[in-house]
Amino acid sequence: MNLKLPEAVSTEKLTELYEQMWLIRLFDEKVDEFFAKGKIHGTTHLAVGQEASAAGVCALLDDSDKITSTHRGHGHCISKGADTRYMMAELFGRETGYCKGKGGSMHIADLKKGNLGANGIVGGGFAIAAGAALTSQMKDEGYVVVCFFGDGASNEGSFHEALNLASIWKLPVIFVCENNQYGMSGSVNDMTNVSDIADRSASYGIPGSVVDGNDIFDVMQATDEAVRFAREGNGPSLVECKTYRWKGHSKSDAKKYRTREEEKQWRDRDPIRLMKEKLIEAGHFTEEDAEDIKKKAVEMIEESVQFALDSKEPDVSTLLEDVYAE
Amino acid sequence: MREITYLEAVREALSQEMRNNEDVYMLGEDIGVYGGAFGVSRGMIEEFGPERIRNTPISEAAISGTAVGSALTGMRPILELQFSDFITIAMDNLANQAAKIRYMYGGKGTIPMVLRTPSGSGTGAAAQHSQSLEAWAAHIPGLKVVQPSTAGDAKGLLKAAIDDSNPVVFYEHKLLYKTSGEVPEEQYSIPLGKADIKQEGTDATIVATAMMVHKSLEAANLLSEKGIDVEVVDPRTLVPFDTETVVESVKKTGRLLVVHEAVKFGGIGGEIASIVAESEAFDYLDYPIRRLGAAFVPVPYNPVLEKASVPSVEEIVENIQEMVNYQS
Repeated sequence: MNLKLPEAVSTEKLTELYEQMWLIRLFDEKVDEFFAKGKIHGTTHLAVGQEASAAGVCALLDDSDKITSTHRGHGHCISKGADTRYMMAELFGRETGYCKGKGGSMHIADLKKGNLGANGIVGGGFAIAAGAALTSQMKDEGYVVVCFFGDGASNEGSFHEALNLASIWKLPVIFVCENNQYGMSGSVNDMTNVSDIADRSASYGIPGSVVDGNDIFDVMQATDEAVRFAREGNGPSLVECKTYRWKGHSKSDAKKYRTREEEKQWRDRDPIRLMKEKLIEAGHFTEEDAEDIKKKAVEMIEESVQFALDSKEPDVSTLLEDVYAE
Repeated sequence: MREITYLEAVREALSQEMRNNEDVYMLGEDIGVYGGAFGVSRGMIEEFGPERIRNTPISEAAISGTAVGSALTGMRPILELQFSDFITIAMDNLANQAAKIRYMYGGKGTIPMVLRTPSGSGTGAAAQHSQSLEAWAAHIPGLKVVQPSTAGDAKGLLKAAIDDSNPVVFYEHKLLYKTSGEVPEEQYSIPLGKADIKQEGTDATIVATAMMVHKSLEAANLLSEKGIDVEVVDPRTLVPFDTETVVESVKKTGRLLVVHEAVKFGGIGGEIASIVAESEAFDYLDYPIRRLGAAFVPVPYNPVLEKASVPSVEEIVENIQEMVNYQS
């Protein structure tokens, strides 16, 4: 084994992570398929092509650590330990879904696993993550919080306010930018005048690093450092993962704002294939093993779809439930 | 009973709760050694320290979201905004996050936070420091909205708000901070959603909130000299709203005047009037329901204009007289 791994990531964990990357991809591809067929309604934002940042970052977290996710959050949910059956049921709007069918794609949360929820408001998670980190600090709970966000969200005021606040209070939060090059149709090159989103961390006196977001090993190394930094009480940091979303922004996107050539260049750097090649080269598994792992993921997604289809729609009588806590 | 000011009552409710519950903490701009924009938290940092009386940067979006995140993970934050007008900057966290998280997550998670903030005009602070925006908050399912009018209510309602498992917007009226009233020394709770009949009467009902409770009571005094017996009902909380007390009062008096300081158009008064109109009290009405609220203008600076923009005691008296003296 010639792969450089963070201490917290065992070689056994690598197999699990490889399967997880496939779960993320297959989940979103399946969602895409059912949207096209009109079987899932509303809208959805797919993270196909961005699997390595979700899996690589969450590989360094344990169940007590927390995350805030984004509108493009299915991958984060899966990597933080969500069950794809309840996720798929939520997308189908079923009562067995994570939110009993009341939240849908953009609001999946799994508090028991430390997933504080996806968010339909771009930049909505920054301050919530800071608040969760404040709880950890005030109650001395020892957990860290990862705040996933996109390149587009770094132009929201909440980004700047929350990074400043987290910095002055030394909150244990890691701001993970998944720079997928576009905020809907807005290219990061047109919408910001810095070459790296990570440069912005300097304004708040916190460390920022840039990694190849399609290389899970790179992502894990940077996250490991950031998590240690936070756990040791040094405060927040920012990790920028350069990546690309293969699909459009949401289901109605004709992708007129980018070229097919650019898409191909990124597809050639498929994060799942990159991981597989490194694992085979390192002797971790064979091509056949990799195929078996993928098959397991395919089966799990099929099972998830079946679970969703077998589940009931919520009863109309539940409409008014859950607005207020007792 | 002992009398203290409304401001002291708020501070006492905060301090007593903080002594009893380690999870309660405060955050806000200048709430530390400065003591808050209106002096509510004066002395608290000395007792509770900077960890629990958290002085924040001028970042309403961040501090409101930090309150939400810490509430979701087990703390009970009390956020102070210096002026309720600044709720506009915190609104995403209030309206899109705090209010909706529990429902969106299918009944998982609670947001036990209180957002305290001074509202209302009368201080010459002009358009961006004088508004009454409570109807905004009341329009959002998931939030509770409290508007105490007396020192005694402020203390008891604040305790209830802090104990509540939901996000509560607690509007303190800045002109009421210096008013005094009887306030028990021990901790007590006034349930949210329970109106208070500030004065009993039989000829007409005035439903008034915050500062307008006092103007209505003053009007009621003047009216009693003219032989008109007015009942003044203070809902105290807009969400949940105590429909029963208001409806019963109108059934008794047959007349309803709603008075609030917020702009009349689109204000909570329209909702209260509709609640009564749709209720069994409608059949008891001897006169159409009337409303008084602020003119449809930003709050002006000049004191004469400022005063003219909100309902006055004279207007309340005149309206009740017309309503009561009307002969069909």
